[in-house]
Amino acid sequence: MFGYSMAEIGNVFVMQGFSGLSLFSVLLLMALGLAIIFGQMGVINMAHGEFMIIGAYATVMLSKFAVKYDFVNYYFPFAMIVAFGLAFAVGYLVEFVLIRHLYKRPLDTLLATWGLSLVMQQIFRSAFGAKEVSAELPEWMLGSFKPTPDIDIPINGVFVMGLTALITAGVFLFMFRSRWGLRVRATVQNRVMAGAVGINTKKVDRITFALGCGITGVAGAAFTTIGSTGPTSGSLYIVDSFMVVVFGGAASLLGTISSAFGIAQAQSILQFFMTSSMGKVTTLLTIVIILMMRPEGLFASKIRK
Amino acid sequence: MLEIENMQVSYGQSKVIQGVSFKAEKNETLAIMGRNGMGKTTLFKALMGILPSKADKAMIDSESIQGDESHQRVAKGIAYVPQGRMIFPAMTVEENIETGLEKSGDRVIPDDIYALFPVLFDMKKRKGGNLSGGQQQQLAIARALVTNPKVLLLDEPTEGIQPSIIKDIAKVLNEIRKMREITIIVSEQVLSFTMEIADRIIVIERGNFIHEDKRDDVDAAKIKKYLSV
Ligand SMILES: Nc1ncnc2c1ncn2[C@@H]1O[C@H](COP(=O)(O)OP(=O)(O)OP(=O)(O)O)[C@@H](O)[C@H]1O
Ligand SMILES: [Mg+2]
Repeated sequence: MFGYSMAEIGNVFVMQGFSGLSLFSVLLLMALGLAIIFGQMGVINMAHGEFMIIGAYATVMLSKFAVKYDFVNYYFPFAMIVAFGLAFAVGYLVEFVLIRHLYKRPLDTLLATWGLSLVMQQIFRSAFGAKEVSAELPEWMLGSFKPTPDIDIPINGVFVMGLTALITAGVFLFMFRSRWGLRVRATVQNRVMAGAVGINTKKVDRITFALGCGITGVAGAAFTTIGSTGPTSGSLYIVDSFMVVVFGGAASLLGTISSAFGIAQAQSILQFFMTSSMGKVTTLLTIVIILMMRPEGLFASKIRK
Repeated sequence: MLEIENMQVSYGQSKVIQGVSFKAEKNETLAIMGRNGMGKTTLFKALMGILPSKADKAMIDSESIQGDESHQRVAKGIAYVPQGRMIFPAMTVEENIETGLEKSGDRVIPDDIYALFPVLFDMKKRKGGNLSGGQQQQLAIARALVTNPKVLLLDEPTEGIQPSIIKDIAKVLNEIRKMREITIIVSEQVLSFTMEIADRIIVIERGNFIHEDKRDDVDAAKIKKYLSV
């Protein structure tokens, strides 16, 4: 195949597979945020990419700060927390000012959040300049493992992946084990009835939206390990993450995880054998074909309604 | 105690509840009876704050509930078992009941709930959507009860349920009233069920209360006539 030996192809799969981990982490976190906002609340947030960029800029700024005060080796976990907090706060505000007035009007929400994304991009441009900036990665994140002489596994990918797994587990615990998760799920299943058993559904909406934005902010922190951050970098990822959510089945968190993994790995491995855009096209075509066979996504929920 | 004066409810231009007044005491069960489409559900939804309404007075004990949202009314002591049950289908039985714990702040479901509905204890981990209609009805009542209501509203609790389970539900409602001394307001079309639980019966027709009787003075033939088309 393509003039490579079987062993070489094996190595390529492992290496591209691991380098796909960072992309997987970014996509998964973004898609988790989207899955919560779109899958659970039915809001299409076109400014989702910009929330990711909030997290990315937060990380970049914190890294500059870390360089200055000499704690580059430790700042990254803090950056993820700051990214989460900042995106959460902005999300909370946006829900309060904008989204909550538009819940029953999906088309207006689409337009309003698209407008919001433009506004946010302009704010980024004014605040940080049009040029792309990069985070100073700690030394220990730059190297790679070499389990065999032919295989390189980047440490940053594994690290970011680990943190992503933690956050994903946290989201699961939140949704399925906490009182807040119970409120969110009740509101999603029957808003009127959730109110009539005593749940303050408006507050639930605000927290849910903010949480989705916060997780996306963390995606931004992860993003700084694979790319440089500019005012419009977020828009490159919005399509991919919508794809992940739709492909996985909008209401299923498990589906979101598997489909993020599938899409990130397919893109990353295919990119080795063809150009990056051909890789994307192939992935997209495959998704379209699968969605034609399973329109509800990979993991449709199995409860009778 | 629930006290309503001159309540009116409209869908757009069409007024469906035409200014009704009533008072239901503590430890009293009041039945509101009427044919299909006479406004029972509309009245209950308005009481619950799901539909907007106008009234001169709407009070629970000495607290006004005018203009409150549903969750605020629950906090003041109304609980609602809607027509068609409306349990959360994708949640387990246990989780369904837990949604009602918002008001009490309890973390676990009180034992007396499962004592009233042993069937729910056995099915704790099942998805609500996979229960039978009768079991879902019990679940909806349990979910309302854990809010420790002063006033419990039940909209046609016997609809689509077989006679033996209807008897069980009547027994449970009587037990609840004896145990908790709350106000129960139930809408119904089945007179035999009503006679087993209600202290007082009001007949509603086209959004007006047209007849009222204490249970002991009920003229069954007359009420039956109101209820038949
Ligand atoms: N959403 C709505 N918009 C407009 N009219 C409505 C709406 N819901 C109910 N109505 C009308 O209001 C009237 C009362 O309906 P309601 O559901 O309160 O009756 P009901 O007594 O509960 O009947 P049933 O015994 O069939 O449940 C009916 O004439 C109905 O057509
Ligand atoms: Mg009705």
